[in-house]
Amino acid sequence: MLGQIAYALPFLAQGFAVTVWVSLLVVVLSLIAGVMMGVGLVYGPAPLRWAVRIFSDTIRGIPILVLIFFVYYGLPAVGIHLESFWAAVLALTLFKTAQVIEYLRGAVGSIPKGQSEAAMAIGLTFRQRLAYVIFPQAFRRFLPPWINGVTDAVKGSALVSLLGITDLMHAINQVIGRTYEAMPLYILGAVIYFVVNYALSLASRRLERRFSFIRE
Amino acid sequence: MSIPPPANPALLDISDVSKSFGTVEVLRSVSLQVTRGEVVTVIGPSGSGKTTLLRCVNFLESYDSGSIRIDGKEVGFRDTGTRQRRSERDLAKMRAETGMVFQSFNLFPHLTAAGNIMLGLRKVRGKSSTEARAIAEHWLGRVGLAHKADSLPAELSGGQQQRVGIARAVAMEPKILLLDEITSALDPELVGEVLEVVRSLAEDGMTMVMVTHEMAFARDASSRIIFMADGGVSAAGPPAEILGTEIDNERLRSFLARFRASHF
Repeated sequence: MLGQIAYALPFLAQGFAVTVWVSLLVVVLSLIAGVMMGVGLVYGPAPLRWAVRIFSDTIRGIPILVLIFFVYYGLPAVGIHLESFWAAVLALTLFKTAQVIEYLRGAVGSIPKGQSEAAMAIGLTFRQRLAYVIFPQAFRRFLPPWINGVTDAVKGSALVSLLGITDLMHAINQVIGRTYEAMPLYILGAVIYFVVNYALSLASRRLERRFSFIRE
Repeated sequence: MSIPPPANPALLDISDVSKSFGTVEVLRSVSLQVTRGEVVTVIGPSGSGKTTLLRCVNFLESYDSGSIRIDGKEVGFRDTGTRQRRSERDLAKMRAETGMVFQSFNLFPHLTAAGNIMLGLRKVRGKSSTEARAIAEHWLGRVGLAHKADSLPAELSGGQQQRVGIARAVAMEPKILLLDEITSALDPELVGEVLEVVRSLAEDGMTMVMVTHEMAFARDASSRIIFMADGGVSAAGPPAEILGTEIDNERLRSFLARFRASHF
């Protein structure tokens, strides 16, 4: 049994690499899009705020699986054909972006109005206020839910296996298909996902302490 | 033939400013001129518009009509004479001409005392880090906190925080310093150390407009007292006159009477 699993390890490693790659793309793309749209939601003119609000509420109201199938099987109906890999990345990114928008809104909203006013009073422009006063403070509030969201993204990336993409999950299923060793392989998969996510939460806790404004 | 400029032009010229929040008129055609080196104190019951007036001076609040000029330049609206708001960049520049100290300090909690002062010096005044640090240390020394340069706001007492707040404002070398009830959030025993700093700035000739409930301080430190009621200037004059017993203004008399009853 162990021999068979050892034999499959390189294949599983390839799957793991795909999982990491999908997660990384989704996390980075959704962070950029989400922060930009979140700033629009908090500070933008009314039409922009409405657009972001509708986007966020709609996406968060749809199960992620439906979103993935919609992008892959639904979009070709309007002439948009995406490779399964990019369809999956797009769907997961949309989903994550909506979450990042809400984390940012919550984090920025928690900063007292007096901070912006003090920053205005010394003559900082809007961008400078965000960069030097608001974001450094909001970051501490943004980080914990966001890291949680990153672990969700790693776990959620297993859904791409449903589009036939050989990520860790799909690789495990294929090895099980050949070896019938379901139990040990699923345990191995669970352990890998767990180790990655646990490492992320540990990193998060360290970062939170690092960005506390009270010295210990 | 051109008309010569007035001999002593007002540094701050508030002229006929009105403002409403919805249906509530918070400022009713307020006019006030402040010349260089003057210390003007604004008193009045809560809701009389004094804080709003102060916040209009650096355009933290917009106003509906009238004009506010600093050194002849309209603060919030473009010079074209239209009521077109200045661009974000221009507004920031205009705001850098005034300093403001807040009731709730509003120090940046993620920066040290020196860092709070250095931020504007570096990003707005374009000073190098070394220059900014030297200026910050100079002003921290002036407010008696040279030894706290590297402390975070959370590690300072209220009075110390407010002194950093003052240092942060004056380090930018503003033309006018606006003080918005800066001792109201302080424990009584910490009020004195903050007022002492304000007094020394006044002695240096810093132009100031302050809203305060510290009547004794207003009497000693200001060149003029403005009494506001219902969004308008109800009385104005030297401290001895406004806080004296001769004054013929029923609103002011009852305000001072109530004030004395609650404070002594």
